[in-house]
Amino acid sequence: MVEAVRDAFGHTLVQIAHTNPNVVVLDADLASSTRVTHFASEFPERFFQMGVAEQNMVGVAAGMALMGKIPFVSTFAVFASRRVCDQVAISVAHCHLNVKLVGAYSGIVSGNNGATHQAVEDVGIMRSIPGIVVVDPADDIEMEQALHAIVAYHGPVYLRLTRDVWPRVSPQGYQFALGKALLVRQGNDVTLIGSGMMTSQCVEAADLLAESGIEARVLNMATLKPIDIDAVVEAAEETGAIVTVENHNIYGGLGSAVAEALGEHAPAPMMRVGIRDCYGECGANAALLRKYRMSPRHIAEAARSVVQRKR
Amino acid sequence: MPGLSEREARRLRSIARRIRCHVVRTISEAGAGHPGGSLSEADILAALYFHVMKLDPLRPDWEDRDRFILSKGHGAAGLYGALSERGFFSSELLKTFGRIDSSLQVHPDMHLVPGIEISTGALGQGISVALGIALAARLDGRLFHVFCLIGDGESQEGQVWEAAAAAAHYRVDNLTVILDHNGVQLMGPLRETMSMRPMADKWRSFNWEVTEIDGHDMCEIVTALETARDRQGRPSIVIAHTVKGKGVSYMEGQSAWHGKPPNAEELTRALADLQCATVGGTDG
Repeated sequence: MVEAVRDAFGHTLVQIAHTNPNVVVLDADLASSTRVTHFASEFPERFFQMGVAEQNMVGVAAGMALMGKIPFVSTFAVFASRRVCDQVAISVAHCHLNVKLVGAYSGIVSGNNGATHQAVEDVGIMRSIPGIVVVDPADDIEMEQALHAIVAYHGPVYLRLTRDVWPRVSPQGYQFALGKALLVRQGNDVTLIGSGMMTSQCVEAADLLAESGIEARVLNMATLKPIDIDAVVEAAEETGAIVTVENHNIYGGLGSAVAEALGEHAPAPMMRVGIRDCYGECGANAALLRKYRMSPRHIAEAARSVVQRKR
Repeated sequence: MPGLSEREARRLRSIARRIRCHVVRTISEAGAGHPGGSLSEADILAALYFHVMKLDPLRPDWEDRDRFILSKGHGAAGLYGALSERGFFSSELLKTFGRIDSSLQVHPDMHLVPGIEISTGALGQGISVALGIALAARLDGRLFHVFCLIGDGESQEGQVWEAAAAAAHYRVDNLTVILDHNGVQLMGPLRETMSMRPMADKWRSFNWEVTEIDGHDMCEIVTALETARDRQGRPSIVIAHTVKGKGVSYMEGQSAWHGKPPNAEELTRALADLQCATVGGTDG
């Protein structure tokens, strides 16, 4: 059965902590939402409830990292990025400490909590802080794989979680590697590059495109920083057109990262699907994706228009 | 046992004076840095690095060392003076303070200088890091103590009070915070900029053990720090009432000297006030 990314995170963290005694978890009164409750009941002495005080939580995690711990700081993505931006930059990133920041309920599909709880700029914030690795897993399989890689990596990581269940895109037996994109579907007319739950929307869009004779390649870009430049360049050279699809503002996130890679290495026509520089609102996930022009139908429209611009 | 012989107090006072000499020279030569707060903290640093803390300058990474976090990172010149006096690095290095390629940044960088536990300078952050070290040490059954120096202007940061609540909640007793309460910040006296009165009552209400001392009286400093270190069951703060710019007549209590380097003529007067040797080397 397919799990939500946050559930896969919660279970896998417990598994890893059984063999890695250095893993500790800090929570800002959201453990039941971020699913670190499993860790809290299994390892109460390694679980630190820090209350609704995220700035202190990040600093405490930095201190624990100095002592050789691998602290997971878990809260909602809006707080893990905007609220503690300076603490992350100075106490964690500037010191290059082994702190793992977990931003749950990311993007516009954040459990019908509305604009205050929709992180549309977290990736942009984290990508612009020197030395932070940014990971946005697409599904439960990738989440589990990615968490092992994140713990094995020594350095600050921002891990983006989504709340709900979305269709799985990772194959069974998939081996995740930090900084490597996953080819989800082969195609040579256009490449849809997705991250997080939006990769599943790309697959649906590719089905729609196939009906009108356009064979879309789908790449899942789970690591947003460092981005897999080789995969982006290969896609541009082989398909000649790119659409980026992200659960984030079109500024600063996946679309920007891909545009940077294309601009420097392989200029090609591209379109960005994502939140178009505005704040969101309440509503069911499907309704939000439709209204903010991020549904499979909108992705397919973007792909058709970019294909027309191919040389 | 807490307490200090008159001879030891004289030795520590003399070291504090040498730290102050480093401060004014370092900042004047660099044309950068924060003299006011570096001078107000000098006696506290002398007491910590030369009497109270368990440390080994030849092994800055010794895992059982006591930790010192300068949360008020603007006091870097004072800390560098103390570290060089204690033998962590040569006092020659102080001449590079704030220059390109120097390891001595105007706010301390943990990866560049032996003896710096964490990079600070963004106010309010060091106290949280100190708490994290203390919590992790307790988890691992480690016995060292964490000392953290904060400023009173810094105490206007909300993060300080988040940390205060958390330390008391976790009954952290391997952490002692020292407040360099000089009453002056960049734009003027705290009572005009943003009053934090009543300071001691704030900490008491956060369930901390509070001791108020004269932050320039070596016996009071050492006694308070050792008592705080040995106290069990709750976190301690030593509120050290200090004078900003202490020891340099024209800087004392003046917000103008928060972040202004003395020029050559002002340096001469500062060195005379502090009775520093005029050319490098030993200062009494």
